[in-house]
Amino acid sequence: MIPDEYLQTFVVECGELLEQMEEALLVIERDPKDPEIINAIFRAAHTIKGSAGLFGLDPIVAFTHVAESVLDRARGGEVIIDSTLAALFIEVHDHLARLVEHVIEGKHPADEIDRDSKRLIARLETYLGDTATHYLDESLIVHAIKAVEENSNGVETDYWHLSLRFGTDVFRNGMDPFSFVRCLNTLGSIVKLVTIIDTIPPADEMDPESCYLGFEISFQSDADKLAIENVFNFVRDDCVIHILPPRSKIEEYKRLIKALPEQEMRLGEILIQCGTLTPEELESILRIQSKHHANEVQRPLGEVLVEQHIVSPPVVNAALEKQQQVKENKKPETNLIRVDAEKLDELINLVGELIIAGAGTNLIARRANMADLMESTATLSRLVEEVRDSALALRMVQIGGTFNRFQRVVRDVSKELGKDIDLVISGAETELDKTVVEKIGDPLTHLVRNSMDHGIESAEIRLARGKPAKGKLKLNAYHDAGSIVIEVTDDGGGLNREKILGKAIERGLVTEGANLTDKEIYNLIFEAGFSTADAISNLSGRGVGMDVVRRNIEALRGTVDLDSIEGQGSTIRIRLPLTLAIIDGFMVAVGETTFVVPLDMVVECIELNAWAGDTSDGQYLNLRGEVLPYRRLSEYFDTKGDRVQRENVVVVRYGEHKAGLVVDKLMGEFQTVIKPLGKLFSGEKSIGGFTILGSGEVALIVDVPGLMNQIEHEREVGLSYAAVAA
Amino acid sequence: MANKQQNRRIVIEGELNIYTAMEMKDTLLAGLLTNEELELDLSAVDEFDAAGLQLLIMAKQGATALGRTLKITGHTPVVLDILNLSGLGDFFGDPLLIDESNVA
Repeated sequence: MIPDEYLQTFVVECGELLEQMEEALLVIERDPKDPEIINAIFRAAHTIKGSAGLFGLDPIVAFTHVAESVLDRARGGEVIIDSTLAALFIEVHDHLARLVEHVIEGKHPADEIDRDSKRLIARLETYLGDTATHYLDESLIVHAIKAVEENSNGVETDYWHLSLRFGTDVFRNGMDPFSFVRCLNTLGSIVKLVTIIDTIPPADEMDPESCYLGFEISFQSDADKLAIENVFNFVRDDCVIHILPPRSKIEEYKRLIKALPEQEMRLGEILIQCGTLTPEELESILRIQSKHHANEVQRPLGEVLVEQHIVSPPVVNAALEKQQQVKENKKPETNLIRVDAEKLDELINLVGELIIAGAGTNLIARRANMADLMESTATLSRLVEEVRDSALALRMVQIGGTFNRFQRVVRDVSKELGKDIDLVISGAETELDKTVVEKIGDPLTHLVRNSMDHGIESAEIRLARGKPAKGKLKLNAYHDAGSIVIEVTDDGGGLNREKILGKAIERGLVTEGANLTDKEIYNLIFEAGFSTADAISNLSGRGVGMDVVRRNIEALRGTVDLDSIEGQGSTIRIRLPLTLAIIDGFMVAVGETTFVVPLDMVVECIELNAWAGDTSDGQYLNLRGEVLPYRRLSEYFDTKGDRVQRENVVVVRYGEHKAGLVVDKLMGEFQTVIKPLGKLFSGEKSIGGFTILGSGEVALIVDVPGLMNQIEHEREVGLSYAAVAA
Repeated sequence: MANKQQNRRIVIEGELNIYTAMEMKDTLLAGLLTNEELELDLSAVDEFDAAGLQLLIMAKQGATALGRTLKITGHTPVVLDILNLSGLGDFFGDPLLIDESNVA
């Protein structure tokens, strides 16, 4: 039985790899020959197969193996990944995801999934130039590999070539490189083995307990690649292992030479020594490389070496290029640290406390009227603010990851709709708070689907209107005045002003003859229960529409609006705060308690009785002729304290609802750090969090939507009681 | 395990592997520094692994760097086995004669 934690790691790793695979698959249709992308897909498949083998998850290994073989041919340029094959691989990807899911559930794949495996394998096999059998067994896999191998442009020898570079800890982990060599001898015979000793450092720097050895092995065997790979199961993690099957292509060797740490020429000689390559083959490999990188010669070093006849120019080129690669590869590794999100939250929480404590000190300093102290607290609070900003910046992630997921959405939806639509992404490097990123996905998906379904016309209409048949959908993000703006733009038909206005009047959202600007009319589509779609499709137009999107975005304290030019397309703009951890609040007092209302939900403040009169039974106000439900916060929260002479009403708006909150005192704007309430209060919907004031007092943050729902709920309950009583 | 260090000659007995690598490295280096020509007698080595091989390589390379000569003699079957597997016989350039007494 495999320990759960390892399996968990496996599943997480597979998830990441599958994501990479999907990303690569979605871009490959555009550039089917890009070796980087093909390699990315191949690597993902290969690694999944490798790890699955480690756990003995044979169904995954067998399935991935065939996919890997096809990808291997694609790497060699024998198979072109056109849209049909890319589509097949997307199915392969989804199927793999299902297989991995089964691992999580600890079940053996169901028959149905097994059938799917076989079906997909059969389809993949057509790309291997092999149509023989549709059932999966070992011999078939061997057969498939053979098919791959028997291709032109292979090297002359019939031997496997194994390149091994052992990790420094191999000895310490109790393993002896030669034991693997002996083990190999049980699978076949070693034709030639060259021990690589180049990395052994000079005597005074050498650690005798570290392993510096490597092997280049020419190996004759009938075993399949899996069996050979399995020999190295125990050292797979900390060793660099390359296994090339017999008659691999010259290209493969070229890649191998580039992948290994030693200098090209030296390696080339070793390969000749092993009998793996002939001198002619090596020469052609080096020639290929020089053709690729002729432009990148770095003169000084290159010239000297060539003049001295030490190395040939192609070797210098390739070597220099590789050095560059090593540097580039190193960068992201050394600059990134993975941190548990909880630790970050804790840090931000502490910084929040620091701000509050700082504000308290400020208050005391001012009260004490000590110039020195005030000056030093001012410096302190500036620094604390900087710390807060950088702490918040730690939570920032690029929106690119979210955007890239839409490649798949757009691809699937456009297939479903039978439209040809391109997704263009820009501003992917724009950063915003991780929690916001997590929550923006759903509304964004809705908007994207909506734009594709209703925005972009079918190809015939597009051509008739003189537009390219291929629709274009753009996702863009940028920073603007302390918030992030995300735009979804389509080049479709745009909104029909008259149609929207007609519908709005019909639904009673606006009165006939009201004077509205174009923009106001367009934004009517965010009102509840509004859909102008002529036909209800599977995707949108079922009434669960833009109002939900707006509510979701407003819950993130953001706004959404829409621009449209009829016939040319529309742009939906979402504006979100950079972080959810800090809020611009409006502070009010009720009795002795202080409340904070999110500032962007406050519409206006008026004096009760002077400007707005209670017209009925204490539930509605007459606000300039508008009916406004209201509640006294003192009643709602049952606070103590005498009723003040002049009460004020804070009019708040959430979505299409407006309500009045009656408070005792208005205290003004206030920027504050939101602190979550404890679990004990999780049932309390009308309070969203709390904050600590400079004076050390606690202020509660009103969750306006929650409070409104609560009031609504109470009213309904009250009404039904009244009905029962009557 | 004991290593008799005579002039120009180090006799290694018992293990030459990961377990003795640390101290063996010092012995070898000291021997190289004090002798123009050093003979490494392995005829009493009965355990040898890749770490041991690595040490021998280091010693050989060190000797070359210092301009000294290192000769390895008395290869026992365990040593020969690994030397054959690694294909490094040519690297050391020592005649690979097996002492009769060591062939069990």
